[in-house]
Amino acid sequence: MREMTIGQFFPGTSFVHRLDPRTKLLIMLAYIVLVFLVKGFVGYGVLAVFLLAACLSAKVKIGYLLKTIKPIIVIVFITFVLNLFFTEGETPWLSLGPVKIYPEGVRFAVMMALRLIFLLMGTSLLTLTTSPMALTDALERLLKPLNKLHFPVHELSMMMTIALRFIPTLMEETDKIMKAQAARGADFDTGNLIDKAKAMLPLLVPLFVSAFRRADDLALAMEARCYHGGDRRTRMKELHYAKIDGIAAALTLLATLGIVAERIFL
Amino acid sequence: MEILRANDVSFEYDAPEEGKPAVKAVKNVSLSVQQGEFLCILGHNGSGKSTFIKLLNGLYLPKSGSVTVGVWDTTDESHTWDIRQKVGMIFQNPDNQIVATVVEEDVAFGLENMGVEPAEIRRRVDKALSTVNMTEYAKQSPSRLSGGQKQRVAIAGVLAMKPDVLLMDEPTAMLDPSGRKEVMDTVEQLNREKGLTVVLVTHFMEEAMRADRLCVMEKGSIVLEGTPREVFAQTETVKALGLDVPPMLELSERLKNDGIAVRGDPMTIEEMAQELCRLKSEI
Ligand SMILES: Nc1ncnc2c1ncn2[C@@H]1O[C@H](COP(=O)(O)OP(=O)(O)OP(=O)(O)O)[C@@H](O)[C@H]1O
Ligand SMILES: [Mg+2]
Repeated sequence: MREMTIGQFFPGTSFVHRLDPRTKLLIMLAYIVLVFLVKGFVGYGVLAVFLLAACLSAKVKIGYLLKTIKPIIVIVFITFVLNLFFTEGETPWLSLGPVKIYPEGVRFAVMMALRLIFLLMGTSLLTLTTSPMALTDALERLLKPLNKLHFPVHELSMMMTIALRFIPTLMEETDKIMKAQAARGADFDTGNLIDKAKAMLPLLVPLFVSAFRRADDLALAMEARCYHGGDRRTRMKELHYAKIDGIAAALTLLATLGIVAERIFL
Repeated sequence: MEILRANDVSFEYDAPEEGKPAVKAVKNVSLSVQQGEFLCILGHNGSGKSTFIKLLNGLYLPKSGSVTVGVWDTTDESHTWDIRQKVGMIFQNPDNQIVATVVEEDVAFGLENMGVEPAEIRRRVDKALSTVNMTEYAKQSPSRLSGGQKQRVAIAGVLAMKPDVLLMDEPTAMLDPSGRKEVMDTVEQLNREKGLTVVLVTHFMEEAMRADRLCVMEKGSIVLEGTPREVFAQTETVKALGLDVPPMLELSERLKNDGIAVRGDPMTIEEMAQELCRLKSEI
């Protein structure tokens, strides 16, 4: 559980690190749209170049980025297999009784798997190079206009901050409770998936009880430090767009043009 | 100069079940805290210490009686945030009072809530972190810190708000001995050097010995008050209230019972050593 790579942040001073978090979020948004727009391997080529460039300039090892796929490898595999068997085309490549595999199926399955992998690698690169605090901050500021529609923007970003803050604490606690229960004979490691899920159930009660206690404590602590919502609140770190944000936006635009061109002309 | 005052204050929690009486956690407590004082509140479990100090910064409002901070009454809502700024609070569990995922952001939290200008926040955060010797951890995640370090970050968060009073509810209860010393040294230094008024709730007698004045609570009331020497000199009463007597006092008490004329109630190991040397030289 400790080896989670998703959501980890490596501080740095690279080009990617120095970008305004709002820029990075917007680029991420564009990237996600692009991943879904891509139609063929040319498009993936463009995306790969884009991702690789970002990765190199952020000084994140490519191997490390690939490792972030590990937790979803099963999902990628299932997606691949399902699409492989259930996409119909004209002439099958292979038929084993009722199971037919079409060239269209192979192509589609590969595309879908690639889509997932690209999505995860992109978001991982974002969280590896941007502190969670900066991300929630950027989100709060980008969504600010929604305040006029009475959407609780500040509350949402505060909730995200607190969630991020308590993930390690609660993981540590889960670990502790698991060890305590294992010491009393609970078995978390053998049996099938359902057995394992059942063994986890007794963990949830103490975990929830403690989470609610923590929530109570935290609410008091926040009140004691003058927290009273987002009105008239200032921030220590203000965000400013700089020249590098323009450069990054231009590069993203270039990649977008490439992929749009692929969609139209190929 | 008086800085905090509780006037005949009572507080009760709603009954745990319907039909049962409300829990009277604090009963008719009066207390005056002077500026620069180091006050320690003792008492065994459930005696109402936590409830009482939460009344002092308006987290809880009295059922009867009143609490004033300077000239403000805690029930006056127009000054709630002034009171919280003047009277900071540190809680027992270091994990449950840190809000942000970066140390310096957490220290800035209170100032951001107060609406302080960004440049001023930066200055105060840096200063507060250096006061508690945590500057080198400014950019780290709080989850990687030790308990004592987390409490020092929490103290920095309060200090940055420039409070007059620091309330602390068993801030060292979940720490190991070295973390405990770390936190208590920081607090004592703030009290002695910066004149910060401290109200400390604790179960540890060696922490209580550092205070200027002790209050012992029992069933929601203050039953014993005085300097540590005065309070602990009443060994039997203190024991009856479910508290430990500091070991050196216990020792001198036993020596006296054995007919050895220990003078001046030595409380620390050094004092005891000196007194024993003096006694030995007299033989
Ligand atoms: N949230 C609550 N709801 C109802 N009753 C409570 C609540 N908190 C405390 N009490 C009760 O109020 C009384 C005083 O509790 P308080 O927490 O102030 O004691 P304490 O001296 O701080 O104890 P400890 O040393 O265990 O921290 C106790 O009888 C307790 O059971
Ligand atoms: Mg308590």
